[in-house]
Amino acid sequence: MILAALVLAILTLGPIGAVLVRAGGLGDLAPGDLQALRFTVFQATLSGLFSVALAIPVARALARQTFWGRGLLVSLMGAPFILPVIVAVMGLLAVFGRSGLVNGALDALGLPNVNIYGLHGVVLAHVFFNLPLAVRMLLQAWLAIPAERFRLASSLGLTPWGVFCTLEWPLLRRIAPGAFAVVFVICLTSFAVALTLGGGPRATTVELAIYQAMRFDFDLGRAAVLGLVQLTLGFVAGLVALKLAPAQGFGIGRGRWVARWDGRGLARVLDFFWIGLAAAFLLAPLALVVARGVPGLLEGAGEGTWRAAGHSLMVALASTTLAVLWALPLATRRGELLSIAAIAISPLVLGTGLFLLLRPFVNPFTMALPVTAVVNALMALPFMLRILRPEAEQVARDFGRLGATLRMTPWAWLRLVWLPRLRRPLGFAMGLTAALAMGDLGVIALFADPDRATLPLQIHRLMGAYRMEAAAGAALLLLMLSFGLFWLFDRGGRVHVED
Amino acid sequence: MTPYMKAFTFAAGCLMASTALAETPALTVYAPDYFVSEWGPGPKIEELFEAECNCDLQFKPGDLLPRILLEGAQTDADVVIGLNTDVTKKARESGLFGTHGVALDGLTLPLPWSDDTFLPFNYGHTAFIYDTTKIDTPPASFEALLEAPDDLRLVIQDPRSSISGLALVLWVQSVYGDQAQEAWAKLAPKIVTVTRGWSESYGMFTDGEADMVLSYTTSPAYHIIAEEDETKKAAIFPEGHYFMVELAAKLKGTDQPELADQFMEFILSEAFQGMIATGNWSIPAALPKDQWPDGFKKLNLPEKVLFYSEDEAAAVRAEAIEAWRAALSQ
Repeated sequence: MILAALVLAILTLGPIGAVLVRAGGLGDLAPGDLQALRFTVFQATLSGLFSVALAIPVARALARQTFWGRGLLVSLMGAPFILPVIVAVMGLLAVFGRSGLVNGALDALGLPNVNIYGLHGVVLAHVFFNLPLAVRMLLQAWLAIPAERFRLASSLGLTPWGVFCTLEWPLLRRIAPGAFAVVFVICLTSFAVALTLGGGPRATTVELAIYQAMRFDFDLGRAAVLGLVQLTLGFVAGLVALKLAPAQGFGIGRGRWVARWDGRGLARVLDFFWIGLAAAFLLAPLALVVARGVPGLLEGAGEGTWRAAGHSLMVALASTTLAVLWALPLATRRGELLSIAAIAISPLVLGTGLFLLLRPFVNPFTMALPVTAVVNALMALPFMLRILRPEAEQVARDFGRLGATLRMTPWAWLRLVWLPRLRRPLGFAMGLTAALAMGDLGVIALFADPDRATLPLQIHRLMGAYRMEAAAGAALLLLMLSFGLFWLFDRGGRVHVED
Repeated sequence: MTPYMKAFTFAAGCLMASTALAETPALTVYAPDYFVSEWGPGPKIEELFEAECNCDLQFKPGDLLPRILLEGAQTDADVVIGLNTDVTKKARESGLFGTHGVALDGLTLPLPWSDDTFLPFNYGHTAFIYDTTKIDTPPASFEALLEAPDDLRLVIQDPRSSISGLALVLWVQSVYGDQAQEAWAKLAPKIVTVTRGWSESYGMFTDGEADMVLSYTTSPAYHIIAEEDETKKAAIFPEGHYFMVELAAKLKGTDQPELADQFMEFILSEAFQGMIATGNWSIPAALPKDQWPDGFKKLNLPEKVLFYSEDEAAAVRAEAIEAWRAALSQ
């Protein structure tokens, strides 16, 4: 536990420290920086609120309704979260853009067009990315409520409102603040999405200011200050979220999936309305990414693209292994707080700091893939812990005494209690980590190697060389691979649980 | 063995493989990422240069100047290729670069060039690209663009994160001077959005999300040559177009001075200049027009070229970006 926490702290603070040392101290902020900070916090708050608020009815509907293809839908709905930013933006614009599907339909009906660009566009895009994550976090928790409790509620004749108050509200209080914090922190470091959908410099975020300071002005002091501000914000968000979320629980279940007796009639109609809405919102842009990519992929992806895909797969698997080993000892309240700050660290500051730290010892070019794997594991850690911790703690609470009474060895505890109970969240968390690591581009800029490109980098290179169609094809390949990995892990975690 | 270990072993293996080659002298060249991909000019340059130098040319892609500045005098780079004029001031002041010693009389740039540190190898100009199947008569001047109806949809790049975006604000600054902010205010309603880099903008244009995109006068050459598509054209403005040149420079502390010099000479050679047009989709810096590929001869090119020297650019840059930011933030 201490070792894992120490490594985490070193990897988070070390790079900023290295940048600070190199800069020779903190720099001054530029005039626009405060405005950028305000906008960043504002859009991240809105994005977090909307993502979680919309996720509640969707997760509830998915938790209590069964229908054909539900499992596939739940998996598919996770896909936006793992798309590379540039690809997702193109998909969103194909639906909501000026010449997108929505405006095409409005034109056909003779209605005025909608304009996606602005604060609402930024929030829309962030909800597109993060709604799936919020839904899945809530859904995990919903499914973790022992079904026996719902049965008990039914036999006690509780009204839906009663069920909500006794079972669901405590669950939301426990999970929602953490989900909000994670989405909030992810949106803190948003840059390209916020700028493109924000429609211009009004949507300047702190990360853009860091980029400018780092790449254009070479003002490391200012970059480090902004990086620290971002990190502090993330840390505070994590602290508040954890304070708001009380511990809970009464009465354990046997961990079976049991048909729910509520959610009939009007409630069922409403549930399907929410599921349909979320599915349309999340899947339409994905469908267009697929449609755009098919011609490019059919033409042949090219040797470089396949090699890049291989590198990405390798990085993804390495990141996942590392993240699991890292997450298991950290699945506590303090561990989560520590890790949540990790996603608030600017990828640019992190990359530059690692570059400065590693350079005296190794040739950074040869470290491209290992560094990417470690950084991706670091970035995925907060998600992993957010998903694992509530359930890990609950398992300990519910079965810890029994385990102690039986004098279970740690190994037996892990094998007989812990892993079987945590299988579902662990599978989901591993799937997410693998998929996220596939799509990452953040830190590789300083460590890039001509022969060891990852798939996102390859897409970037293709676009930079006017190969828009080939880039769309490579994006589809990335989507398929990310989703395939995600599905494999996620499915592996859900075996025996729902069937 | 975990996959992570495999990645590590793989990396270690590659490291050993590259040290095994160390008997032939190696020239390390830092280049932008797009340069070294299989569609960039990098692989061709490597092939041509290695044929004459009896050495191993190694491209290291990524952030150019930030990395050199981070590394300081300990940098492994012998040569840097792909710098832009807007960063040369910072590069020159670092004192890390030496003189190139290459004779400049072969240059065919549209303006005089006498820099003895930074050597141009190709150039282009900022321009708005449009699709002739969608726009019959593009704006005939910058003024006409400002006055165009607001349903003309433009997409541009952010001057704070992109070289071409920076060139655009310098372009507006050099045409409108003190009136730059008013000019931006007229452009603002037409600007669909601002993207972080050139790729996103160009992708939006080819997807039909915008009618015109800020790009280069040379962009249509890609469509003409690679796609046999002549419908993409640059709108030419009599006010002039901002000149964008890409440069190479030699590191003062190089441990391969002869090879580095040889490479700098090679940059202006016919072999290099002959392939750079279709390798980098830019106009060669030292090749008469009659030797350009046919697709390039068909390009709309401006009569008048606007350009700030690095000192001038450094002086007006903050003001030019602020005019853009203020007008577009309204």
